[in-house]
Amino acid sequence: MGKLFAVVLVLIAIGSAIPIVMHWYPMAQDISTHGHLIDDQMGETMAEAGIAFLAAQFVLAFFVFRYSDRKDPGKIRTFPGGARTMVVAAVLLVGSEVLALGIFGQRAWAGQYFTPPGADAMTIQTQAGQFAFYFRYPGADGKLGQQHPDKIDEGNQNFFGLDPANDVESRDDVVTAELGIPANREIRLLMHSKDVGHSFYVRELRVQQDFVPGLDLMVHFTATKPGRYEIVCTQLCGLGHYNMKAYLNVMTQEDFDAWMKQKTSEQ
Amino acid sequence: MAPTGFIRKYVFSLDHKVIGLQYYGLAVVAVFIGMVLSWLMRIHLVWPNSPIPGLHLLSKNGAPGDVMTPEYYLSLLTMHGTLMVFFVLTNAPFAAFGNYFLPIQIGAEDMAFPRFNMMSFWTTFAAFCVLIAAFFIPDGPPISGWTAYATLSAVGGDAGPGMAYGQTLWGISIAIFCIASLLGSLNFIATTLDLRTKGMSLMRMPICTWAWFITSCIALLAFAVLLPACILLCLDRVAGTSFFIPSGLVFNDHVIPHGGGSALLWQHLFWFFGHPEVYIAILPAMGIVSHILINSMRRPLLSHRVVIGSMISIGFLSYVVWGHHMFVSGMNPLSSLVFSFPTLIITIPATVLTLIWLGSLYGSRLRINSASLFALGFISMFVSGGVSGFFLAQPSIDIYLHATYFVVGHFHLVMGVAAIFGVFAGTYFWFPKMTGHMMNETLGKIHFWGTFIGAYCIFMPFHYLGMVGNVRRYSSFVDDFLQPYLPLHKFITFAALTTGAFQILFLLNLLYSRFKGPKAPVNPWECTSLEWTVPSPPPFDNFGGVHPVVYHDPYQYGIEGSTGDYVMQSSPETIAVERDEK
Ligand code: HEM
Ligand SMILES: [Cu+2]
Ligand SMILES: [Cu+2]
Repeated sequence: MGKLFAVVLVLIAIGSAIPIVMHWYPMAQDISTHGHLIDDQMGETMAEAGIAFLAAQFVLAFFVFRYSDRKDPGKIRTFPGGARTMVVAAVLLVGSEVLALGIFGQRAWAGQYFTPPGADAMTIQTQAGQFAFYFRYPGADGKLGQQHPDKIDEGNQNFFGLDPANDVESRDDVVTAELGIPANREIRLLMHSKDVGHSFYVRELRVQQDFVPGLDLMVHFTATKPGRYEIVCTQLCGLGHYNMKAYLNVMTQEDFDAWMKQKTSEQ
Repeated sequence: MAPTGFIRKYVFSLDHKVIGLQYYGLAVVAVFIGMVLSWLMRIHLVWPNSPIPGLHLLSKNGAPGDVMTPEYYLSLLTMHGTLMVFFVLTNAPFAAFGNYFLPIQIGAEDMAFPRFNMMSFWTTFAAFCVLIAAFFIPDGPPISGWTAYATLSAVGGDAGPGMAYGQTLWGISIAIFCIASLLGSLNFIATTLDLRTKGMSLMRMPICTWAWFITSCIALLAFAVLLPACILLCLDRVAGTSFFIPSGLVFNDHVIPHGGGSALLWQHLFWFFGHPEVYIAILPAMGIVSHILINSMRRPLLSHRVVIGSMISIGFLSYVVWGHHMFVSGMNPLSSLVFSFPTLIITIPATVLTLIWLGSLYGSRLRINSASLFALGFISMFVSGGVSGFFLAQPSIDIYLHATYFVVGHFHLVMGVAAIFGVFAGTYFWFPKMTGHMMNETLGKIHFWGTFIGAYCIFMPFHYLGMVGNVRRYSSFVDDFLQPYLPLHKFITFAALTTGAFQILFLLNLLYSRFKGPKAPVNPWECTSLEWTVPSPPPFDNFGGVHPVVYHDPYQYGIEGSTGDYVMQSSPETIAVERDEK
């Protein structure tokens, strides 16, 4: 039975590795300027984790195959080198591996979180609420008007709680249910939640960031490829969570200008 | 004096062995409920609109016409996660086996505080009843997942179905559970430190005793944080406080009258408990598996000390990594980096342990039976689940993988399957001691193969779905983007149902062997530790009033020149070399 275990284990290990080796795990396409850093990191980790996985499973299978149910239960032998060598090897090998991963991995993280967006980044605000995203563009004056939670009135389409009567800056703000952006332009997305925790996840953009009630957060990114992509909420937010989606619409600059004009006239 | 009345003997028993079995029984009930819930979820995921006969009996509102609603999926998800994590993973490997065998393995007559011990179990049972009650209230069980993130969990009925009384019941249940676990772990610590018999130095304790001891230390600190957190959560819900609720939140166009709290605070408190909890589940399993492997290999592990040292460092590190659950939560991005390093460093002791297990197999005389198969399966699952931790430990990759099925695959393999394999191994190994009967080996092996292959079929594909970007906690993913993966999801559901059927085989084996199994000898596996010196099942005071004396390290296997190939820990026989290899 030990031999059977070994064979099954090897089959499982190979079966698990095939899709990876054959690149059958299609990560969503990458449409961002920073995504390749994340994807490279993923690839490196995949290689290292994959080797560790296969090595451990094969060694386990081999030893079980070789030493289980021995007809002649020969003398017990200790692993050459013993425990001390193993500890040293593990500390050195795994230690340097994780150190390397840790250090290289920081590039993507730093680019996302420690580098502020450029001065000419376009500011858009997004608000998450049960169970929809809304987006607000500052309009011609380049300024977002003040928000007043008590003025939020979904029936009257005042999703952000704006007060145009008293607040000049909010009068030209454009509010949409779809995130339209121009390609190849950096976006500075201001994020806040109206009620509970939500999250902003666009697979193709390699961006995921939670909305935390009471916190004003920000992400920035540059999309490179026009198209429509799904924005999903990944933070369990209540009964409509499964349905909390919006679309990211990446357009050429001309298309974006036309789109913006149309949205402005609709307000 | 052994009690004679039924109530004193079997219900409100002070005997650690009965209490251990009670914990075990509770875990079995919880795991079967949890498993059925996971089936319902899996069925709903692939056939969202087809009725599941009889489901309306469980919930009229949640399943009108037997068709599950999306929010009822979230209720089941929450109950599945809560039952599994608290009532299965904390109870079975730790409280059940620990209660039964820790005192015997150190040569004690009982726990240090038998009355506390009885209270721990019955408090746990009360927590279980409160949680299950959530199924039967009109509003249904809560929908906020086992992590119960604020503010969703804190604001009350405004947040949706199940979030009124259901969520309050959840909070109360977990608070009660924390009290029970605190009592239990204090008891374990006191017992280990105080009641060791003559000759039982700390380094002579079996590895599973060490694992339970380390786990109790972890549990003591972890539950001591979750308890106040749950109390604060309940206060926010019923007393109008705002610990976790910031100002200006709007529900249904109305600003709610709370202000000044922090939603992130809940996440910090929760994961300060939540991460160590993972080790509360896995460390006892590591200890049990080591114990069983040593016995099956007929040789000690390469080094007792290194194993214990690794377990202690894992336990210690588990306190400084909780932030890896919060990389994209909006906490300071610098803390994400800071949390990522200890997380990656945990892989070092984990690797050391794996290498020790593998290295010890070399040149051994491995005996294959149901217990050792599950122990070997544990190693395989632990490695498989562990390597995906590499990915999630890196904040940059977590940006893409967070909250996808990759995470679900990862934690199910490590703490779901691996820990449960530890429990299965322990069951097959200790059943003869606990009941006086042998388990059926053939059924046990069939059970192993079904579970081993099945678990891989269920949880490996989860990783691929995660890489594709299939997010979790969605009751429906059948949009155009994920449509191509529907067959894979169907395969997983099929595997889950099949694997579950094999668990019924296990249950039958338990019941059948308990009554019809052949009589067990005192030491069927030729094991060396103290639990195998007492009758099966052990009498009320374990050692018949005589304290055993310990002369050796716990694992005297492969001894040459001795009568057998092993020497009992309590045998005064002299052995040429005290074996604890460097
Ligand atoms: C019978 C085998 C099992 C199956 C088929 C299964 C299936 C599932 C599914 C489908 C989910 C929902 C994933 C999502 O939408 O996020 C889930 C969540 C979960 N499962 Fe399991 N599960 C099984 C066993 C276990 C075990 C043994 C544990 C113990 C660790 C466990 C713990 C959890 C937890 C903690 C969650 C997360 C709940 C939440 O998100 O709040 N499961 N499981
Ligand atoms: Cu949401
Ligand atoms: Cu963790």
